[in-house]
Amino acid sequence: MSDSGEKSYDVIIVGAGPAGLGAAIESGKAGARTLLLDENQKPGGQLFKQIHKFFGSKEHFAGMRGFLIGEKLLEEAVKHNVEFRLGARVWGLYPDGCVTATDEENSLNFKGKKIILATGASENALSFPGCTLPGVITAGAAQTFVNVQHVLPGKDFVVVGSGNVGLIVTYQLLQAGANVIKIIEAAPKISGYGVHAAKIRRAGIQILTGHTIISASGRDQVERVIIAKVDENFNPIEGTQQTILCDTVALAVGLSPRIELAGAGGCEMTYSKTLGGVLPVHDDNMETSFEHILIAGDLSGIEEASTALDEGRLAGCRAAYRLGLMTLEDYTSKKVMILNRLAELRCGPFGNKRMLAKEEIWKKAV
Amino acid sequence: MRKIFIDCPEQIPCNPCVHICPVGAITIEGSITNLPKGNKELCTGCGLCVAACPGQACFLVDTEFKEGFASVDFPYEFLPLPTVGMTVKARDNEGQTLTDGTVEAVIQRESSHQTAIIRISVPTKYAYLVRGIKPITDFVKAL
Repeated sequence: MSDSGEKSYDVIIVGAGPAGLGAAIESGKAGARTLLLDENQKPGGQLFKQIHKFFGSKEHFAGMRGFLIGEKLLEEAVKHNVEFRLGARVWGLYPDGCVTATDEENSLNFKGKKIILATGASENALSFPGCTLPGVITAGAAQTFVNVQHVLPGKDFVVVGSGNVGLIVTYQLLQAGANVIKIIEAAPKISGYGVHAAKIRRAGIQILTGHTIISASGRDQVERVIIAKVDENFNPIEGTQQTILCDTVALAVGLSPRIELAGAGGCEMTYSKTLGGVLPVHDDNMETSFEHILIAGDLSGIEEASTALDEGRLAGCRAAYRLGLMTLEDYTSKKVMILNRLAELRCGPFGNKRMLAKEEIWKKAV
Repeated sequence: MRKIFIDCPEQIPCNPCVHICPVGAITIEGSITNLPKGNKELCTGCGLCVAACPGQACFLVDTEFKEGFASVDFPYEFLPLPTVGMTVKARDNEGQTLTDGTVEAVIQRESSHQTAIIRISVPTKYAYLVRGIKPITDFVKAL
């Protein structure tokens, strides 16, 4: 199959995770000709790796396991005539709305009146002697192994980082039958939700706070790691080293927005430590410095699947409104509803910081 | 009587417990990040919340299960499942083993989406401290 010509759409969405699916559902529902592109062979983004029950409210499918939420969203997108193009890696985005992709054989060209980028995030790495040895992987990779491929990537794990990703992946490794020896966390306290931490502590896993990984070593692969206590500046304290025998180190040390495409499209960038680093400036309609490029999900700041889904819905509605497929009245009422839901997700001791950070970004867009 | 006991210490955005309870015994006032309250008067001990809570923070406790013993119902998502009559290590929230417990029931409902509820009996003084058990690891050894 070859695509010589350029196919035109009202809305082109890049990334079929919760944000992209949310955007596609709303844009399709409004009657926009919608194309959803994803580099993977299966849509759903990270949702199909999530076998735990989600937090949130009813509107966010709370209590449902992540992969089932993915199936529900897919069904809904299909119902609203969203066109899927999988295995399509988008590599270019031009000011005139041209999107270029490759399916490894052909070059694919599309043109969209509105582009919604929902490219998600990538996992941060950590640099230490031995970090390139086989056996040092990211937590997300470990999760793909056990939950998607149904293969244990190792037997004896040390997990680095006690944010929600580290805690959830540890729980899932245990469910898959792995031996997780310890979680180590450089901060003085566990950084993820207490309930996630409790699940694995009840199972007997120790979370060692105030510790960092010094090195990994082994002949052909990881055979041991050395960890040490850190001081308040996160510097290792002499004489506190201990060796742990293990074959796999799973790194869960944060996520960064995947900004490459937004950068290629020329979107203005900003920095937010709370939201994961450099990200495109956007307003509370999810529009970037270019009116025709919208963003949603982790690309617009690292949060959660439920916030990504709602940001996607908002971007989808905004695109439909801009295309004249939704009245201002309808758009405004949807926006208020979605922003209210998001505000609920962004309160409390964990969410409030993100709310303030988001408001900072929105101010920059004015 | 088995009655709800909630150990949900942090304000996170979550409320499936409120929606799953058929008798309205669990409430969250105002914002979704506020903490849930369990009403023991209304609770019928059905245990739907125990399996539904994504944070595994809902439990049922019966302080008068047997002379000197209480029962605790908690969610369990590891295989293999324990079996009735089995002696297990009852643990607190930090993973400390408090006492031996006896498995009294293993409840699997379709509506619980693969989360089993395990009921164990423990000496009454541990009734409100037990949050789970040391996972049965036989199958891990078999790998």
